Amino acid sequence: MMCPRLVDGVRLQYDDVRGEHVLLIPEGAVRLNETAAHVLELCDGRSVDEITAALSERYQGTNVTDDVRELLDAMGQRGLVIDAAA
Amino acid sequence: MPPPKPYTLVAELSYRCPLRCPYCSNPVDIGADRYRTELEGEHWMRVFHEARALGVLQLALTGGEPMLRPDLDELVGAGRDAGLYSTLVTGATLFTRERAERLKEAGLDHVQVSIQSPDPAENDRIAGNRSFEKKIEAARAARELGFPLTINCVLHRQNLDRIEEILRLTEELDAQRLELANTQYYGWAVVNQQALSPTREQLERGEEAVKRFRERVGPRITVLWVLPDYHEDLPKPCMGGWARTTVVIAPNGDALPCQAATTIPELEFPNVRDRPLDWIWHEADAFTRFRGTDWMQEPCRSCPLGRQEEDWGGCRCQALRLTGDARATDPVCRFSPHHDVVVSAREPGKTDEFVYRTLRRPRRPARV
Repeated sequence: MMCPRLVDGVRLQYDDVRGEHVLLIPEGAVRLNETAAHVLELCDGRSVDEITAALSERYQGTNVTDDVRELLDAMGQRGLVIDAAA
Repeated sequence: MPPPKPYTLVAELSYRCPLRCPYCSNPVDIGADRYRTELEGEHWMRVFHEARALGVLQLALTGGEPMLRPDLDELVGAGRDAGLYSTLVTGATLFTRERAERLKEAGLDHVQVSIQSPDPAENDRIAGNRSFEKKIEAARAARELGFPLTINCVLHRQNLDRIEEILRLTEELDAQRLELANTQYYGWAVVNQQALSPTREQLERGEEAVKRFRERVGPRITVLWVLPDYHEDLPKPCMGGWARTTVVIAPNGDALPCQAATTIPELEFPNVRDRPLDWIWHEADAFTRFRGTDWMQEPCRSCPLGRQEEDWGGCRCQALRLTGDARATDPVCRFSPHHDVVVSAREPGKTDEFVYRTLRRPRRPARV
């Protein structure tokens, strides 16, 4: 996946009642941990490298490459994220 | 223990509908006086915000036909303002390109279009209305505007053999989801059970076709296949448990824990005109009565499978209808002393003739 983005009709939102990030999808919700929410926030058409760099900066230089790949693969397999470059 | 927070608000905006589907899950007395006055827009909008504050994330705008509400655009906008993800559940005969554009602009998230059959003539016969072409146009318009699309087809003896065609049509329409809901016997489906009840072989072939389709298509299209619970021997967790996940608001503002709850005569339903949703969810007797497990009788109380918090005793409406007691174990369960009622109801129906859904008031018996 080069430039991941959320598929049409999927919405990232903070659920202030439960205090957690969720991905709202047709007739459902996927609960997200904070890191996953931060990754998905950045899925706006920029490249995976740019996402990784931005996140790494946010987490004081931690290498997040594998975590980002893993999350995006899982989201891709569930049909929630697609490649904007494809 | 505090009650769980609900996820879904089912807003039945109107019981009016151009379609006359004989399996409609609306109550059979939709023509009754108490449904004449539809809830005012301002109350709906307040309820959407109250629902979000309770934890609701999903808003289903349904009916009847929700597109008959003249203020639908405003209601959609209010749902978005409240932070809800909205689905329009429509028969799609009124879903023109122009109205779809306005709904998109107002913030509608997702469109669910019903079809009654993938065969035009059969669709129109089951719906009791010439509607197939409009539905197809509506589905295409929805995709062109970038809405995620769900196709919904209620299955029964008279359309189950077309399941391959339904799957093909879903793919051709570029839908993301397909809901294949085998008829459950609530509302009008009870009246039409003889015309709807499928054979075991039909269900098995249907299930096989869905399996092959899933293997071929993968996550691109999600297919939901709901087996009719008469063919199960453990009950479904109806509504995810009584008053645990969902609030239903009827067109007149009555708040219900499920769409069929009005069939339980011992319950009195609070109206959102009179009470805030928070009170309704936490305090109203109709919501607390069968919540959790304290109300359970045997065999649920000492369930040998320990499923009390898995199936929550099954369906209260079905328990009442088939055993005469809303507190009884759902007779779908093989441990229910009334399970034979469900087993004998598995016989396929014996007529093809439908009693169509209507808003006409039941005729009064002549005075003597």
